[in-house]
Amino acid sequence: MLELRKDIFADERDDNLKEIGKGTQRQDMLGHVTGASTYFDDHKLQGMLHLKVLRSTHAHARLRRIDTAEAERSTGVRRVIRGADVPRNLNTLLSLINFGKDDEPSLAVDKVRYKGEPIVAIVADSPREAYEALAKVRVDYESLPAMLDVEEALKPGAPVVNEAYPKNAFIYYDVYDHQKLRFGDVERGLAEADHVLEQRYQMSPIEHAPTETNGSIAAPDTNGRYVVYTSTQALFFSLDTCAKILDVPSNTFHFIGGTVGGGFGGKVDTLTEPLAILGAMLTGRPVRYVLGREEEMQFGPPRGAERIYIKDGAMRDGRIVARKVRAYFDSGAYTRLSSYAAVKCAAHLPGPYTIPNVYGDIYCVFTNRTPATAMRGFGVTAMDFAIECQMDKLAHLVGIDPMEFRILNAYRDGDMKAHRREAKNTALIECIQVAAEKAKWPLREEYKRMSSRKDGGGGRAAIPATPRDSHAPPVAASQQRTSYDRASPAAPAYEPPQATPPPPPPRPQTPSHGATRFSSVFGTRRR
Amino acid sequence: MTRHRGRGIASVNYPIGMNLGGDPSQALVHSNPSGKFTVSLSSIDLGQGMKSVTRQICAETLGVPVEDVYVDTADSDTGPHCMGSFASRGTHRVGNAVMAAAKEARGVMMEAAAEELEVNVADLETDGRGNIHVKGAPHRSISTKDVAIAAQFKQGKTISGRGIFLVPLSAVDPETGEMSPATCYAHACLVAEVEVDDETGEVAMVRMDSAYELGRALNPRLVEQQLVGGAWMGISHALYETTEPYYPDPGHGPRDFVEYLMPGPGDICPHDIAVLERPAADGPFGAKGPGEMCANPVLPALANAIFNAVGVRVDDLPITPEKILRGIKAQGGARPQARR
Repeated sequence: MLELRKDIFADERDDNLKEIGKGTQRQDMLGHVTGASTYFDDHKLQGMLHLKVLRSTHAHARLRRIDTAEAERSTGVRRVIRGADVPRNLNTLLSLINFGKDDEPSLAVDKVRYKGEPIVAIVADSPREAYEALAKVRVDYESLPAMLDVEEALKPGAPVVNEAYPKNAFIYYDVYDHQKLRFGDVERGLAEADHVLEQRYQMSPIEHAPTETNGSIAAPDTNGRYVVYTSTQALFFSLDTCAKILDVPSNTFHFIGGTVGGGFGGKVDTLTEPLAILGAMLTGRPVRYVLGREEEMQFGPPRGAERIYIKDGAMRDGRIVARKVRAYFDSGAYTRLSSYAAVKCAAHLPGPYTIPNVYGDIYCVFTNRTPATAMRGFGVTAMDFAIECQMDKLAHLVGIDPMEFRILNAYRDGDMKAHRREAKNTALIECIQVAAEKAKWPLREEYKRMSSRKDGGGGRAAIPATPRDSHAPPVAASQQRTSYDRASPAAPAYEPPQATPPPPPPRPQTPSHGATRFSSVFGTRRR
Repeated sequence: MTRHRGRGIASVNYPIGMNLGGDPSQALVHSNPSGKFTVSLSSIDLGQGMKSVTRQICAETLGVPVEDVYVDTADSDTGPHCMGSFASRGTHRVGNAVMAAAKEARGVMMEAAAEELEVNVADLETDGRGNIHVKGAPHRSISTKDVAIAAQFKQGKTISGRGIFLVPLSAVDPETGEMSPATCYAHACLVAEVEVDDETGEVAMVRMDSAYELGRALNPRLVEQQLVGGAWMGISHALYETTEPYYPDPGHGPRDFVEYLMPGPGDICPHDIAVLERPAADGPFGAKGPGEMCANPVLPALANAIFNAVGVRVDDLPITPEKILRGIKAQGGARPQARR
């Protein structure tokens, strides 16, 4: 049941609208409920061939030899595609916005880095003939030790998962192996706190589980173009990725999509289009490449598993005075989009609360597992789980009602956020008040009267003096414990506040991030 | 065996879009000679209702009935560029682009109407039912259809508009993390009530109460669909789903929906939702976007409710009956916390 609380923030809205705010039936509803809507896989083209990939049976191995001779002679096989057939067999998705290094092949060449990594693609008259031919490919693996734990992977001397990132961590701004957030003096805040609580949280990788699995159909069109029916969540993102991998101008492709059977983030990676198009280029026939359910579940990218350590300092009156976070995003064998999520996660700290001292180190770590990707709440869901469990524990520790504890610490209009932007248009307090009302959760009168629009700003608008990092190498992570004791007042390495911010370390001549626009419309891609 | 009830809460915010690479979307709007409008996009409708919210935004901006607008997406030959449907950006970014395009098209439509009615364009208004009339004089009126015919065959005007919405790139300070990742934030608070069986460790959902602040509910039924569905995704994430049950050991991964656990129809509970609307300064009609964030508060609210019921904290997902049971055994039995 949904109730619109028009009484709240009414003075900020014009409700005198004709179409906005109406529960109009969706334009595509009739097609959806009668099964008439057209999805990519509803295109059955004449002479259509089917593409399937051979997937690695090892999590980490050198490829000594790939023998496709017998597969090529197999019934119904039109073409065997190997890494050498891919024009530019190395890519990273966010190269389109100039973020990160090319680190992932379409088809593995010298090494496989996760169980299920595609090695060879076979285009055949039927899916069955493609599978039969795949069974005849002989791969000689030389097994390598697999890195599966994010903290183990960061230890010195750990086996290298992805040679583009020899320390097994994404490199930010060509300088750091993690994304930093620094706001105030978190060590001083922890030292002065009445309660300190340090906890570890671990997410699990999960599947997007869309009704429709990832897939596409590519077909030669007139004038040397190719038409591509696709389940992508990002039409031009996929189109430009294909143009790069296949090394052709972007107007070679006519992408058609738009009606998708569930995405949730799992259809941004352009998993099938490059090989489907390449198959069409090499055979001159339409080629369909669709993931089966098992492929989708195990080798389609999952939501990555984050491991998060939070150390909070709180006062007896319930104010949180420091929050220190260290988080590890398990990116799997390749970057895909996890590097970006780590930045989004840093910006999200310390959650929707005003805390004067916040410190975050967010790592994007490579391990020998299926590459992770975006999923609903990317970069935030895990941190919200950790922060909100932590908030409950802190409320318990301090002895304050968990609703009132959140209202007390909630950010308000005019407060300074830890990523150094003013909070505006906030509404957390009102959400808590309304949820409490709905759940018949008793709040004291003073908490019912608090507002996102009152008592923010002022002293809460300041950017506090922030000590500089000493640039010591990151301390090896260890298992954390819960501490209900006051932290020992060890003197933090503190620099007095400075009138002007300290000069940043020398940057590379060309910025490593975001220097050029998305390629297809305005500009060029810089590499 | 005892079943213990407990309640837990969580409150969250969520950034709308993510502009660390520059975040643009474009839209084109044009009328045919019958006064029916087409919106051309390359954005994707994942089932969330992208086509419907942009259709309503276009109709509202043009001042025509929603039936007179059709949204065509996604064809790279006809639809102008869009980054894609992710990061909760559809309603906000694409909605703004459609609004800009519709404003431009409306400008031409009103000029054409002014020429036909021989009045000043500033004196005209739309009635939202397919007519344009002189303010305060509804009888001096012309239908959008007649305006479109006149524009096409008599005046030689294209009733069309182009729109782009771009949140420019925001650089990140490597030392401090200073950045402008998003222009507005949605908010939520959710209370979950569960029942935990101290013999089996199983969790049953009892009810959920929530409040979501979304800037503007452009279509409350689509919002409801997102919030109800998203909450169930959150329950599934918290209690059931994993592709690696022994993570970081990768073994025993599920291969299909028999092995991959998710809640079924029998696991559904009532969910009472309130929607608050505090318009975002740069949102289309103030809208932010409910897409991603609705799953987020459910995970911690459930973990906190389970603690409230039996006194066990499970900090690694999914919160399986096994983990709860081990926690109960380790502390020598269920320890229900203060009922709240």
